[in-house]
Amino acid sequence: MTATALRPPGAGARPEDDVAPVQRMRRIPRWALAVAVVVGWVVVWYFTKGTDTLTLGGRENTDTHDTLTSFRDWVLASRDTNPIVQLTTSIAEVFRSSVDWLQRMLSTANLPRPVPEVGWLGVTAVAAWVGLAIAGWRIALLVTASFLSFGILGFWQDSIDLLIVTFLAVLAAVVIGMPLAIWIATSARANSVVSVVLDLMQTMPTFVYLIPVVLFFGIGASGAVVATLIYALPPLVRIAGHGIRSVSPTTIEATDSAGQSRMQRLRKVQLPMARATIIVGLNQTIMAALSMATIASFVDGPGLGQPVLDGLKINDVGRAFVPGLLIVVIAVMLDRTTTAASERAENVARRGGHQHERRRKLLLAGTGLLALVLVYVSRVSLWAAEFPESELGTSLASVADSASTWVTDNLSSYTNPFRNEFTVLVLNGSDDRPGLQSLLAESPWYVTGAAIAVLALVVGGLRALLPTLVCLAGIYFLDLWHDAMITLTMTLVGTVLVMLLALVFGVWMARSRRTDLVVRPLLDAGQTIPPFVYLIPVLALFGPSRFTAIVAGIVYAAPAAIKLVADGVKGVPATTIEASRSTGATRWQEITKVQLPMARSSLVLATNQGLLYVLAMAVIGGLVGAGALGYDVVLGFSRSEEWGKGMAAGASIVLLGVMLDRITRAAAADRSAPREPSRTSRMRWGGI
Amino acid sequence: MTTIPRTGRSTAPQGATAGAEQPPAPGSGDAALSVRNLWKVFGPKADKVVGTPDADLSRQELKSKTGCVIGVRDVSFDVAPGEVFVVMGLSGSGKSTLVRCLTRLIEPTAGTVVLDGEDVTAASEAKLRELRRTHVSMVFQHFGLLPHRQVLDNVAYGLEVRGMSKKERRAKATEILDLVGLDGYETSYPDQLSGGMQQRVGLARALASDPTMLLFDEPFSALDPLIRRDMQNEVIRLHHELGKTMVFITHDLQEALKLGDRILIMRDGEIVQVGTPDQVVGAPADDYVRDFTSDVPRSHVLTLKWVMRDPRPGDSSEGPVMSSDTVVFKAARAALASAHPVRVVDGGELVGIVDDEAILRVVVAEETTEGSKP
Ligand SMILES: Nc1ncnc2c1ncn2[C@@H]1O[C@H](COP(=O)(O)OP(=O)(O)OP(=O)(O)O)[C@@H](O)[C@H]1O
Ligand SMILES: [Mg+2]
Repeated sequence: MTATALRPPGAGARPEDDVAPVQRMRRIPRWALAVAVVVGWVVVWYFTKGTDTLTLGGRENTDTHDTLTSFRDWVLASRDTNPIVQLTTSIAEVFRSSVDWLQRMLSTANLPRPVPEVGWLGVTAVAAWVGLAIAGWRIALLVTASFLSFGILGFWQDSIDLLIVTFLAVLAAVVIGMPLAIWIATSARANSVVSVVLDLMQTMPTFVYLIPVVLFFGIGASGAVVATLIYALPPLVRIAGHGIRSVSPTTIEATDSAGQSRMQRLRKVQLPMARATIIVGLNQTIMAALSMATIASFVDGPGLGQPVLDGLKINDVGRAFVPGLLIVVIAVMLDRTTTAASERAENVARRGGHQHERRRKLLLAGTGLLALVLVYVSRVSLWAAEFPESELGTSLASVADSASTWVTDNLSSYTNPFRNEFTVLVLNGSDDRPGLQSLLAESPWYVTGAAIAVLALVVGGLRALLPTLVCLAGIYFLDLWHDAMITLTMTLVGTVLVMLLALVFGVWMARSRRTDLVVRPLLDAGQTIPPFVYLIPVLALFGPSRFTAIVAGIVYAAPAAIKLVADGVKGVPATTIEASRSTGATRWQEITKVQLPMARSSLVLATNQGLLYVLAMAVIGGLVGAGALGYDVVLGFSRSEEWGKGMAAGASIVLLGVMLDRITRAAAADRSAPREPSRTSRMRWGGI
Repeated sequence: MTTIPRTGRSTAPQGATAGAEQPPAPGSGDAALSVRNLWKVFGPKADKVVGTPDADLSRQELKSKTGCVIGVRDVSFDVAPGEVFVVMGLSGSGKSTLVRCLTRLIEPTAGTVVLDGEDVTAASEAKLRELRRTHVSMVFQHFGLLPHRQVLDNVAYGLEVRGMSKKERRAKATEILDLVGLDGYETSYPDQLSGGMQQRVGLARALASDPTMLLFDEPFSALDPLIRRDMQNEVIRLHHELGKTMVFITHDLQEALKLGDRILIMRDGEIVQVGTPDQVVGAPADDYVRDFTSDVPRSHVLTLKWVMRDPRPGDSSEGPVMSSDTVVFKAARAALASAHPVRVVDGGELVGIVDDEAILRVVVAEETTEGSKP
């Protein structure tokens, strides 16, 4: 059939029997196939709904869960014999005693002293001095104001405790992370191995770390530091490794040719040249540590997370508000300080740092002396040791409380119908029209499973199918199918909404410089705030419900997604756009036919990140009425006999995350060669 | 732009045949650099190529058969002390690979490199560092400066890794900066300098450790033509003042002719021809070299030796007398002004006759090739 062979591919119809099934499938657009699958699914749902949904009651356990619980008991029992457990326990002991020592120094009474060794005045003075030394006057002022606000609002001890946990975790992350970063930067093999581990760590919502960490490192300070460390490590390793690897090879070659040793190359060339990137990594690590350290309050980690959690547990917005606000204060303070420190380091290097060196040293010595005097004062006089009582915190809390009550009383007539409409329309559906949740969770498990697998195949090809099947099987065997499907629903709905926001704002920002200038700082600020805090205002608006968790997820995920889309669209070459304009394309055509298709890889990455972020939040939302897997995890923390179920829920969350991650990645790789979009420096690496 | 005529630095051509000459065995004589049978093969199992029948395959064949790429193929040459040795060839011909093999910035697959009597290829890591610190320095196309260090500390870098005290090395670096005409820029940072000035820093850095040999890998390719000419003159000046041996990589024939005492031409990793500039232009080894040299203003490169005919008994003895290594371009005016043909002498002895026609052949042929270009 030479005639067929000569015809250009895709031109004209070929005889049907010539075409392989895959090729035939290719010619039907993907979305049409997906719609067909969903329609078929709805039909099946109509006849089978409510059967074989594998629903498990709130406190019901299965054998799998009991087995997991007894595994926990076995680990606990082997504390004195099992070397691994002994190791983790002794590591935990180091962290516990370090935290304890720092607390007695800075935040709690060091008995028999009724107050810590160094009082608030001394701590504030030293912190301000550090700010001055690494970042300058403005930062010193910011730090002073932040520390004073801890005391004035009545959360001195919790704030300092949070900083202690964050600090220790970051310290350990640097000690472990920098050698790892150097290692992956200099060895391709190490890089590929470590990358796989980091990828996995990034797809795992923080919540999930907590369960095994607590098993091996105990609850309280030690578990909190370890969980925080694990969560904070990847950004530093990734970004610093990337920075070191990207040092210009010409420079390395040139300095090698001067006869430097390997150590000299590292110390004098690679590390200094990668310094700015390393500090970006450090900034990300600090921010990640802060967010995890607040969440660690679920396992009794000390710090501001605890009062927030207490408030959220009983849906008391007023109570959660002030500590939540202080978490934001700390986040802003740390972020500004590290950013300013890195900018300043750059500037000093630029200017040679010679001109004012002497004056600077004198100034630092003088202020350092002053700080020491204040430390001494805070050790000897009570007023400087214990923060004076202030009503401000309480009154702020009651203002927040009445605001929240007002919202509930007045706005709820608007927000509630909205929430209820949404819930019926999108989630629950009605008897003859399924909502997404009823479709996923009320179909028999095998129908849902098959539908998901087929959709994965359609969207991502065989590369997506295999991991999807494995993950679905895992979820099935963990005996929390129904809950997992509800969590999946929340994640999908949230992500769709996030992507809508991302498209609208991303394209807008990319096309209008002014919008970008206004919106971007807001997004940056949004990304600085630990996710935990988002729950507070959303809870105030919508009360405890599944919808609330979805909204919190959207708020949390949107900044990252919007920025990715904006940067992707902005990355489309100006010449291409000019070319399209010169053909007379309308604005709409320009966006839909040029900018969005060319920014496709960014859109996929944004979707991927959106899914993981929303999933993470849907889990934390277990606290505010989201139910499902998040609730199971919380239950596992709080009730000893439910530990196995909590663990199973955590593992199911991981499987959901991996599945969604794999499907989106496969979808991205399937259609075009993967092109890594430039990551903005402030992008968060992975979901919480 | 035309080349500046070079005066009397080139060695006389040894006849018109100047193919790849076979140098003597390594270590013999007092060559500053002696390279023997050097190979570099990139790719998996690269060490399984040299010495097998695969080694005779062409680059493409080897690539498709084994996935290996030949960077340098069986290269041997000697560089005399004080000589400026230019390596040239098209992009991808293996010049950078060759020059990096000399100090093992790229590890050679086979062969030996002897530098100042020291076998580089057999040196231990410490010995190699020592060689790089004191014997050879390199200047790179893209400068490779350290952006976080001031010019002074960039120049002093080689001394610093050697362990010289800060004061001493800074004093030395200041001195070298003066030498390359950069005094006053000590405390600038590299990104505050123009490309030409950055390359001067690169040059100063290479000179700071007072090496016996300098390696240049297309050092001026990234510079604009005027700056490039300045820098070439700078190199010529430094060569006169310091007399260092230089291996200079370029793909610019003008540059090669201007700087080189001898020129090595490479193609696909192999040597095509080694010779003095007038040998390369006057007697190209093959079409590749001829192509390469076709744009050169021949009258600026060829000497009378290349255009003279043997003296005949009836020749006029009244024409002007000129030495056989006078460049044609320089001889042209006097030769054309005189009614009698030029008598070419070498060591006081009459070796040939150049008449107006011979001179016009060189000059006019050049005009027509240049005129025929679009
Ligand atoms: N690290 C490497 N791995 C594989 N092949 C390489 C490597 N480095 C160089 N090559 C190959 O070796 C050949 C010679 O490269 P080289 O850089 O030496 O050429 P060059 O003459 O310096 O070219 P240019 O003028 O462009 O600098 C090229 O075909 C190149 O593809
Ligand atoms: Mg090169």
